[in-house]
Amino acid sequence: MDTMAEIRQTFFQECEEQLSEMELGLLAMDEGNADSETVNAVFRAVHSIKGGAGAFKLTELVQFAHSFETALDHVRSGKLTPTPEMMKIMLRAADVLSDLVEASRDGREINEANYASIAADVKALTTFDGVEEVEEPIDFQPTIIDFGMPELAIEPEPAASQEHEYRINFAPRPELYANANETILIFRELNRLGAMQAFCDAAAIPSLDDIDPNGAYFSWAVQLKSEADIAGVREVFEFVDGEADLTIESDGQAEVSDADIAALLAQALGTPPAADTANASEPSAEIIPISTMPAPVAASSETADVEPAVAPVQAVESSKPDTKAAVVPAQTTIRVEFDRVDRLINLVGELVINQAMLSQRVIEANFAGSSSVVIGLEELEQLTREIQESVMAIRAQPVKPLFQRMSRMVREVADATGKEVKLKTEGEATEVDKTVVERLAEPLTHMIRNAVDHGIESPEVRLAAGKPAEGTVRLTAAHRSGRIVIELSDDGAGINRPKVRASAINKGLIPADMQLSDSDIDNLLFLPGFSTAATISSISGRGVGMDVVKRSIQALGGRISISSRPGLGSTFSMSLPLTLAVLDGMAVSVAGQTLVVPLTAIVETLKPKKSEVHGLGSDGRVMSIRDTFVPLIDVGTQLGFRETPTQPENSVALLVETGGGARNALLVDSIQDQRQVVIKSLETNYGTVAGIAAATILGDGRVALILDVDALVSKSFEETLVGELHYGTGG
Amino acid sequence: MTQTILTVDDSRTMRDMLKMALVEAGYNVLQAVDGVDGLDVLQASAPPDVIVTDINMPKMDGFGLIEAVRKDSRYRKVPILVLTTESDAAKKMRAKEAGATGWIVKPFEPTKLIAAIRRVAA
Amino acid sequence: MQNNDLTANSANNEFVAFRVGAQEFCVDIMGVREIRGWTPATPLPHAPSYVRGVINLRGAVLPIVDLGLRFGLGPTEPTPRSVIIVVHIHQQVVGLLVDAVSDILTSSEASMQPTPDIASDMAKTFVKGVYAVDSRMISIVTLDSVLPISAKAAA
Repeated sequence: MDTMAEIRQTFFQECEEQLSEMELGLLAMDEGNADSETVNAVFRAVHSIKGGAGAFKLTELVQFAHSFETALDHVRSGKLTPTPEMMKIMLRAADVLSDLVEASRDGREINEANYASIAADVKALTTFDGVEEVEEPIDFQPTIIDFGMPELAIEPEPAASQEHEYRINFAPRPELYANANETILIFRELNRLGAMQAFCDAAAIPSLDDIDPNGAYFSWAVQLKSEADIAGVREVFEFVDGEADLTIESDGQAEVSDADIAALLAQALGTPPAADTANASEPSAEIIPISTMPAPVAASSETADVEPAVAPVQAVESSKPDTKAAVVPAQTTIRVEFDRVDRLINLVGELVINQAMLSQRVIEANFAGSSSVVIGLEELEQLTREIQESVMAIRAQPVKPLFQRMSRMVREVADATGKEVKLKTEGEATEVDKTVVERLAEPLTHMIRNAVDHGIESPEVRLAAGKPAEGTVRLTAAHRSGRIVIELSDDGAGINRPKVRASAINKGLIPADMQLSDSDIDNLLFLPGFSTAATISSISGRGVGMDVVKRSIQALGGRISISSRPGLGSTFSMSLPLTLAVLDGMAVSVAGQTLVVPLTAIVETLKPKKSEVHGLGSDGRVMSIRDTFVPLIDVGTQLGFRETPTQPENSVALLVETGGGARNALLVDSIQDQRQVVIKSLETNYGTVAGIAAATILGDGRVALILDVDALVSKSFEETLVGELHYGTGG
Repeated sequence: MTQTILTVDDSRTMRDMLKMALVEAGYNVLQAVDGVDGLDVLQASAPPDVIVTDINMPKMDGFGLIEAVRKDSRYRKVPILVLTTESDAAKKMRAKEAGATGWIVKPFEPTKLIAAIRRVAA
Repeated sequence: MQNNDLTANSANNEFVAFRVGAQEFCVDIMGVREIRGWTPATPLPHAPSYVRGVINLRGAVLPIVDLGLRFGLGPTEPTPRSVIIVVHIHQQVVGLLVDAVSDILTSSEASMQPTPDIASDMAKTFVKGVYAVDSRMISIVTLDSVLPISAKAAA
């Protein structure tokens, strides 16, 4: 069933949203910031998941969700007041629920033993003093949802294929009509079960003056011949049971009416039975076939009361008391397939390029600067830029879901390491391109694991140091000068500098006598192969060092730095571009080619003098900039565009800083301009090229390569080229 | 003539499933995501033949919706079925008191859904 | 008649025939996206000699392979008549620089023969069969071998 598969997909998508809502609400409750609406929302989220899960026969999920839901129900009805202990259980339960959803979605086998203890804890929440609250039994039978053509008639049970004769006495009460039930519809349903005749007793109708339009004055006696059993007949009256006086008698099938029960009870208790009005009336004198029955809806409310129907709505449009937790007002959204957005972004990228090309041609055609063409073009450029920004914004997403995942990570790692840690977040509404958000997940995860595992001390150590037993990890995001800045800090022990330094020396990463500032030592963490964990815990894993994290951040076009205060904690600061699709760069000429250097890497540009360049070793060169010597890289030869190195006095030097803070001078022929370029992949149709990050398309339609500064200057660059390089002698 | 059913549920999954079952049975389907939306949709269209509503919804729950509908003379006689995961007597009583015509238990079988609708729809 | 089943998927094969130097080759038309004229390519650092560089194809970056150099027949000097045949090779789109396009063949006109067994690496690597058309021999190119496998790794 294709549609069923679609709906199943929808269900799991919805589960993601519900889980997110649920977690948010639980966290608010944990902070003490929740009002009744929050609790309700959490309840509804779990309730929704359970409802859908039932339809797809996801038994374990349904059962766990049901337990959880019951506990939440108790909280929302006030039967249970959440304590911090309880909230911990709820949060763990939320994690389990999330896992079950995932496992169900992927069709993995679910081992109940894995979460048995949490399930028990949740159940225990609704057990008072050892007496288990009677849980509403889950009326759950795995139903096979068959969306084939539904039967158009209820088939009577074929079990006893003999005809029964039923005598039904039916006297509706006013509530029946008030709830929009209609006798005629019930009889129509009854008629489907077999041949019937209905006799109406209108004796109770008062004089016209006394008629209450909402009253019920008719009662009926129905004779039915049907193969259905008595339960089937009862079912027809299912909705109105309780709104009518109803007895069903059948040959050979006993049906006990309420009145009979009352009588029996009375007998047993020795009290006289209450006046029995239900069965009293015999079919009245008039036998009225059903077809000519006046519609009982004469008692309908075609009456004059026009009520202000809108009033209730306004009343419920509750002026919600502002919740302490900041609630972002729900905005209207639409769902769009990601591919469509991608296509749109590509097209807009084309538009930008085309507009640039047009501008170029106009310039070449030498229009006067103020001519209407040029002015029109400027407007076009402005418009294009605005379209591009708007389109980029479509893909922009808040980092909130990412931060929420981190929240769970903190809980898990804290649990696993026996620490008490809380995650505080700020700026979750900060938006960034979806691609950036996705690729941030892994590095952030590693950093958080490290922070909890290594940064935060155990509760005993913390207490001894005069800190609260519970550690805090802070994750914040904010926009700053066109980029997004994310900070992760902990209030743990900070970096153990002597240990780090010793470890680096032991691993041969630095010479033993090297002079290092505090900040230098902190940055040693980013060196490959670095890990100070005496025991490589299963949490932080092996070799998932900060160098991997750093490379991931850099691959996003970002930068990362670290600062630490002993005893007080450490902070990682990351600065990332808002989107991966465009780049601010400097266009330069090298050996007749145009290359683009990412602006974020450039510190300054210089015009080198011959006297400032010195040889070092067999073919290296350095440049003196103020008082330091900086390695000089001849971009043209490094990329194989020319054989002989260029002369510094004919070149421009770009002082660049790599992610690791190392400074180099890149020698290029000249600088063209600064511009924003649309990033085009080289890898799609070709592959990776050492030293080149990507490509872009210039105004003249030609392809220009975008430099990967870090790769270009890395000492291992030469190794990747396997002897194809030629260096001239140093100048 | 094709009958129209208004389904009100905050779960997209549930809405999709209801729609699928109802459309296959030949009904025309209107949808709303909560009580407030349900009332809006009601105002904006010809009265439906049946309303099917969930109970637990944000902004205005099922009971709120039923009460509001019953107060409006235009819709006083529109049959309302509630979707409920609970089949115990107390919940049914609550639904009835609020003014519901009948109920459907979740997870629902399409046959039962259609049968319930036919039982209340003119 | 010879077995005309070249590519597993094409029932009615059409081929684009082209000239590289003095030799003629062809590729299955199903793999050809378009044919365009030559535009100067941006060179790629440390690329193999037969990779001329990359050009802009309506916003995508397209590598250009000089088939003359690739087949060891000498560089193709770009002239206004030079042609770039844009082809799919697996997931990639690549431009093949050739001297000129000569024909569109259908496999029914041509009769396919196995590659003559001469001692040539080039023939073994790049030619999967030959067609005889009139008195011409047109070699069918194994597109898979055209792009260097190492292009995907760090060059």
